[in-house]
Amino acid sequence: MAKVLVFIDNPGQALKKSSLELLTIARSLGETVAAVNGELHDAAAAALAAYGAEALYVPSAADLDAYLVGPKAAFLAAAVDAAGADVVMAENSAEGKEIAARLGIRLGAGVITDVVAVDADGTAHKSVLAGSYTTTAKATTPVSVLTVKSNSITPEPAASATAPESVTVQLPADATAASARVTARNEKPASGRPDLAEARIVVAGGRGVDGNFGPLEELADALGAAIGASRAATDAGWIGHDAQVGQTGKTVSPQLYISAGISGAIQQKAGMQTAKVIVAVNKDAESPIFEIADFGIVGDLFQVLPQATAEIKKRKG
Amino acid sequence: MKIIVLVKHVPDAQFDRHLTGEANTVDRSESILSELDEYALEAALQLIEARGGEAAGNKVIALSMGPAGAVNAVKKSLQIGATEGVHLSDEALAGSDAAATSLALAAAIRHLGADTPADLILTGMASTDGETSLVPAQLAERLGLPQVTFAASLELDGGKLTARRDGDTHADTIEAELPAVVSVTDQINDPRYPNFKGIMAAKKKTITTLSLADIGVDPAHVGTSGSWTVVETAEARPPRTAGTIITDDGDAGIQLVEFLAAQKLL
Repeated sequence: MAKVLVFIDNPGQALKKSSLELLTIARSLGETVAAVNGELHDAAAAALAAYGAEALYVPSAADLDAYLVGPKAAFLAAAVDAAGADVVMAENSAEGKEIAARLGIRLGAGVITDVVAVDADGTAHKSVLAGSYTTTAKATTPVSVLTVKSNSITPEPAASATAPESVTVQLPADATAASARVTARNEKPASGRPDLAEARIVVAGGRGVDGNFGPLEELADALGAAIGASRAATDAGWIGHDAQVGQTGKTVSPQLYISAGISGAIQQKAGMQTAKVIVAVNKDAESPIFEIADFGIVGDLFQVLPQATAEIKKRKG
Repeated sequence: MKIIVLVKHVPDAQFDRHLTGEANTVDRSESILSELDEYALEAALQLIEARGGEAAGNKVIALSMGPAGAVNAVKKSLQIGATEGVHLSDEALAGSDAAATSLALAAAIRHLGADTPADLILTGMASTDGETSLVPAQLAERLGLPQVTFAASLELDGGKLTARRDGDTHADTIEAELPAVVSVTDQINDPRYPNFKGIMAAKKKTITTLSLADIGVDPAHVGTSGSWTVVETAEARPPRTAGTIITDDGDAGIQLVEFLAAQKLL
């Protein structure tokens, strides 16, 4: 049976849904342990026990966040050695993938990113070329490193909770030697909306929004959705770059993607075509987005979206 | 100052792209210089221009690893303004995963730095084909260098590099000592296009072709045999088909909500 080490970076007050997903998948592969960087609050510790972590590995240093990824990879490599783990799982964020990348070289381990499911034998499922292919891939090395996309599985606690013991892992002396330092960090104001990459519903706007995301934001709030945007909208400065969905932005795979005023050029489609349901609103009936929409409306988004928002509010009372 | 920019010849994302062959590798027949690499090249050119350009002994080397056609990515880089081009090409490289790719690139970078080590290795934020973003970090690990990824701005002051990086929840300022591996986003600059003068000048520039033997890499350590991951199966996703399309007659918003309710999405 495999031993799986799940990396949880800065768990915060309570574990994120994506961390619970990793723990759930890990248990289906074998004995699960966790490596935790950062302060471990009671609620997060309780969740780790409820989700069946058999042991917790923590670093001997508390300043790993002062550097870019290198020391975290060094910590994880030491934790894998200490735990005798065969599989490492991390989240599929930009930072998660980079930690996995450096860890892979340190351990001589194959790294597979963008994973959406893992079979009991370690075979990973993913989609490539912007969702146009689904593939299965496997590491050919004794240890494998997988980064798993959020929303891949419904988190479920273990049948019986564990009482994991904490093990301190000594960082190698050179862990921080060749690493870039984070010298300033500015928190961005929270929007109160769900994180784009993890959202169940995304409302995205493009050129047709013409600088006014207001109707999209109101619809997003009525649906509990995140806001996305095409490159045309972010390049125009109507919304921050971190909202960009597409080839050079984020790839999203929500239950519902509502595209408003986006023509659906192939780069945009690349970021969202694995959404379960696609709704498109565009004035131009010739827009390519209508070729892939489950429900398309040829119309003015400034009429259609507020009407939909009002109707949703009415129905929800 | 010596900057190596990694440029990749990738299938044009404007068209449908395919996997091919037993190893399910990407079909590279309709390929171009990766759009995201143009930002890295532009960043390199701006850095050397601010330091007196080629006349002051600065250079930008465009390095591409790939089959014969990949030389086109190097040629385009020279037209845009790179000083010299290097094409790492060897049949044994075919099918390399990120780990094997970073091994070969690290060896090529050491080879190119044998006389004067590079001050900076610049890359795009991801390739538009593999899309893993693994290579810059793996290269940094193999070379024992700091990595600064997803830089949205880049400044050099002597031997120190300062970059800004925009995350979802926070924006960071990053500092590293040179040499370093840096990947840049598409927000960092507006890449220039090759002009007539650049295209003519490129014809006089050198492109060096390197084989694995030249850089001292055992063919068994790269390609499919040297990769640490294997793609076992690949299936083309069935294309999405159009569903219901309506024209707004004044109640499309309500019809939209009815559709969402029927799909249990409310």
